[in-house]
Amino acid sequence: MKFLRMRPGHGEVLLTEGDPDVREDEERLIEEFRRQLNEGMWAAVPTHAPGSGRRQAVMIHEYEEIPTGADRVIFFPRASGG
Amino acid sequence: MLLTVLALSLVALALAVPSIAGRISTARERRAKNAKSTHRRMLADPGRDRRAEHRARELLRSCVNDEEWSMYRDLGFIRVRGSTPGYAYLIYPHKPVVAYMPETGRLLNEYCVEFPDMSGAIAGSRLPDSDDILAKWMALTGDERRLIRTANMHLPGRQVDPGRVRRDLWRLAQWERERSSARS
Repeated sequence: MKFLRMRPGHGEVLLTEGDPDVREDEERLIEEFRRQLNEGMWAAVPTHAPGSGRRQAVMIHEYEEIPTGADRVIFFPRASGG
Repeated sequence: MLLTVLALSLVALALAVPSIAGRISTARERRAKNAKSTHRRMLADPGRDRRAEHRARELLRSCVNDEEWSMYRDLGFIRVRGSTPGYAYLIYPHKPVVAYMPETGRLLNEYCVEFPDMSGAIAGSRLPDSDDILAKWMALTGDERRLIRTANMHLPGRQVDPGRVRRDLWRLAQWERERSSARS
């Protein structure tokens, strides 16, 4: 699983990657996940809507909410009123 | 006595003027040098934004479906259907999200929303266009209510020209007809 983050002037950057089933990797992923949320990021996993060609995102608030088998989590700056 | 003090003050002032003027001049030169240096840094990599946008487009393409990707590529915006039937949004890069009724084309609201990255040295710059589109798409399809709650809601026409939106809706209808006939 990859953690990607949108960055102004860069496009997305790879923050870290690892296998959630491997303990050391999972610890690193959890730590990075928390760091990103603490920095004010939102996290989302793009998915397919079941039974249709429609795609959507699932917003992730806790590491445990990441769907099993997700290959990436995208972090992006939190929305604010413009 | 008074005259002596006055005379000494004048002498001191006369001696200090070149020094103060020198400092002001140095500060000006430093500012100009910094500005030139910043300008040079920006000019050093003119392809930076283009490469960032290219990466952002690839990421967007990998997240949305084929119809949405083609819509963005051909028309410059993406339509997202709302969770409430008969309600949809147009997502433009770095412009408010426009809510409308697909059946009638009636424009409902503008939702002004930004995704400012406040961390460190990159604060103040903004996401590439396609990343801004993707951020809105993820926030809308992932948690429509939260995005709408966060945004500042305005009547149509505050930031996006309603005439332009109506033209875009007409272009979208044409585009969908062409795609549909190309398939059949």
